[in-house]
Amino acid sequence: MKSLLAVGRYLIVRTLMVGITLVVGCYLIVIIMNMGGKLDDVRRAEIRSNVASAIFLDPANRGIPANALKEMVDELAELEYGRLGLDRPFFPWRSLEYLFTALSLKLGIAEQLSSDTGSRSVARILSERLPATLVLFGTSNLLLFFLAIQFALFLSRRYGSLVDRTMVGLAPLSSAPGWFYGIFLILIFAAVLRVLPWGGLVQVPPPDSAPAYALSLLEHMILPVLAITIGALFANVYRWRTFFLIYSSEDYVELAKAKGLSARGIQRRYIMRPTLPTIITSLMLILIGTWQGQIILETVFNWPGLGRQYLAAVNLNDTPVILGTLVIYGYLLAGTLLLLEFIYALVDPRVRVGGGKV
Amino acid sequence: MSTLLRNLRELRRYPSAILGLTIIGLLIVLSIYAVIAIPYSEAIRLWRGGPGVWDELPRNASPAWFDLFTGKSLSRTIVVDSRTEGARTREPLGDGNVRVRLSLPLDFPYDTFPTEMSLFSVATYETKRTKLTASWVKPDGTRVPLASDRGIRSSDTYYISLDNQLRDRLPQMAAPEVALFGDVDASSPKGEWKTRPGKYELVLEADMPEAYTFESKLVVYGSVYGIAGTDNQRRDITVALLWGAPLALLFGLLAALGANTATFVLAGVGTWFGGFMDSAFQRLTQLTLLLPLLPILIMVGQLYGRSIWLILAVVILLNVFSGAYLTYRAMFLQAKEAPYIEAARAYGARHRRMIFRYLLPRIVPVLLPTFVLVVPQFVFLEASLAVLGLGDPILPTWGKLIYDARAADALYKGYYYWVLEPAILLMVTGFGFALVGFALDRIFNPRLRTM
Repeated sequence: MKSLLAVGRYLIVRTLMVGITLVVGCYLIVIIMNMGGKLDDVRRAEIRSNVASAIFLDPANRGIPANALKEMVDELAELEYGRLGLDRPFFPWRSLEYLFTALSLKLGIAEQLSSDTGSRSVARILSERLPATLVLFGTSNLLLFFLAIQFALFLSRRYGSLVDRTMVGLAPLSSAPGWFYGIFLILIFAAVLRVLPWGGLVQVPPPDSAPAYALSLLEHMILPVLAITIGALFANVYRWRTFFLIYSSEDYVELAKAKGLSARGIQRRYIMRPTLPTIITSLMLILIGTWQGQIILETVFNWPGLGRQYLAAVNLNDTPVILGTLVIYGYLLAGTLLLLEFIYALVDPRVRVGGGKV
Repeated sequence: MSTLLRNLRELRRYPSAILGLTIIGLLIVLSIYAVIAIPYSEAIRLWRGGPGVWDELPRNASPAWFDLFTGKSLSRTIVVDSRTEGARTREPLGDGNVRVRLSLPLDFPYDTFPTEMSLFSVATYETKRTKLTASWVKPDGTRVPLASDRGIRSSDTYYISLDNQLRDRLPQMAAPEVALFGDVDASSPKGEWKTRPGKYELVLEADMPEAYTFESKLVVYGSVYGIAGTDNQRRDITVALLWGAPLALLFGLLAALGANTATFVLAGVGTWFGGFMDSAFQRLTQLTLLLPLLPILIMVGQLYGRSIWLILAVVILLNVFSGAYLTYRAMFLQAKEAPYIEAARAYGARHRRMIFRYLLPRIVPVLLPTFVLVVPQFVFLEASLAVLGLGDPILPTWGKLIYDARAADALYKGYYYWVLEPAILLMVTGFGFALVGFALDRIFNPRLRTM
């Protein structure tokens, strides 16, 4: 009971921390995105010039003196500013408004982009793209995590063997990001061998039946998943292997060996167990890393996910979509962090006994 | 400091580190060569291109050393300029005009066809147009009329390859650069074309008043060029490959140096004072982890500017409180408890002296591997931005080559060299730093680092 309370308290504190960080991060993004309010000036000028040209070019207004026309322009422009909320100063009101609508996920209406079904709602646009991103990054991160752990354990058992030395030698390969290997993979498997697709989510036109669709999706996922895995696998295997090695030279492991416990049992109970919190921390860093690399990976593989949508939105200066995407990123990242904190709390005994700070 | 040097000397015992150092050394040599051989302003002018800069280079030409793998001699670009080569006659026509006849000979020894043919003419002839007639003489003496009575002004470019009227007259309606340099292979059932090596000649005739001159330059574009080949705008890829090296190194090293030093010093200061400052810095680190770096850089590139220096500044700023902060903090917390620190505290050393003389130097050896290991990350970050089309607009970088190649569907069209050359250089750069970094990592207290 006491340990449950400690875990609960720890989680509440962590959730609050992550929540506050999320709010501050979003506010920073709102400020950067509006160039500290400068973008409002640009929009005001745009509206004014539109209003002015509408009034000056209207044949009905011919014969009215220029001064009176100017007054009309001012009046109409003010009305228009008021309608769009541009009459209030950016700091603090409009920026805070942006922040709250964004955080409450009322993402609003896109200025330029529209969804595949023709909707202008940012939420629709993004929810169309989100599954593609999640399926690709979920799969590759899970694959990466389990492969890396298995390899690292395997190598730590065969310390100094040829396999071990080869993997250690390959570790510098991870200095290049996933998209970079993506280009090589496309070159080999799509351009030269022509056995796998160049990119995209499914073949064109999309297959009608669900099994065929799934099969096509799988075929299109091979290269991107491989690219992400190659980009991050070797360095993590190297890091975790070293880590496991350090722990397998502890006295209690020697003792367990002397007692005649099986190698697997030792591994599970005496090596994996104490290293788990650190492994989870580094998984967190991997996840953040792959999220960061996602925009470019999706661009290289023509993957219709959030990342490519974001790039399109930035190129068109579509503020609501940019903000919407970043907020979704923020939530996803914060959600992953919290999930990991939760697992952390479960596996780290220091949290359970409510002892020292972690 | 002497331990640091001794440890560095230990690098010699790692073959991988020596390989890595060699790679970095070669890159530095390449960078210095690039900056000396092609000055900054010249590199920018060349990469911007435009009329007159790359006119004599073939489009999408592979590197010249492709010869070695194909076993054929691939066609090079041949330029014949009437100002320096060939024969000319001026034949009076009696009415005050003169018929200038230029003969441009060329030797074509290659196994593959040229990719394009163009004729650049200059006539000092202002008021009226002059008429140009061109004909082609094959090695066996057969004559193929090209343009007849082509009206030209003071300067004229005749794109022979694009002359559709000529094409209609050629056998099988083959492309002019093919039909003019070869024959239909009699042994081939499909009627394929084969080059005929030998001496060719382009004969030009133009009528003009006595006092005027007429010069012409024939460019037969090859299928290979130089060490690195050319892109779809005829630019020599070597320029970007060369200049990419100093830019990548500079960006990677400056970003790593800036971000890492700042992180290091702030971690030292934060742990030394502890309390509010320490927890504030930790919160900032968490904030940075949550801020998406690449999306923000993309936004900055779009809204504020794409100069490499601006991006560098933002990268450093967003990396100050990175994951490395936590690593350093853990080490400083340990170092803070060391007896000599306590001794210094006891005799009343000032905070600044404590931090910069006693605390920071103790961890410097650990800084080194991290510093070397993050350099490739920043090199690839710059390349990522360039590949997304947000690179510096004027500088030729490796990432921009990949961007251009992707935009031109180079992989689909089979121009693999265009992607592979910058990609391999990027990879070698990353590999070099990573090799040294990993070796340093093993030398400087592996246990401490992995905790």
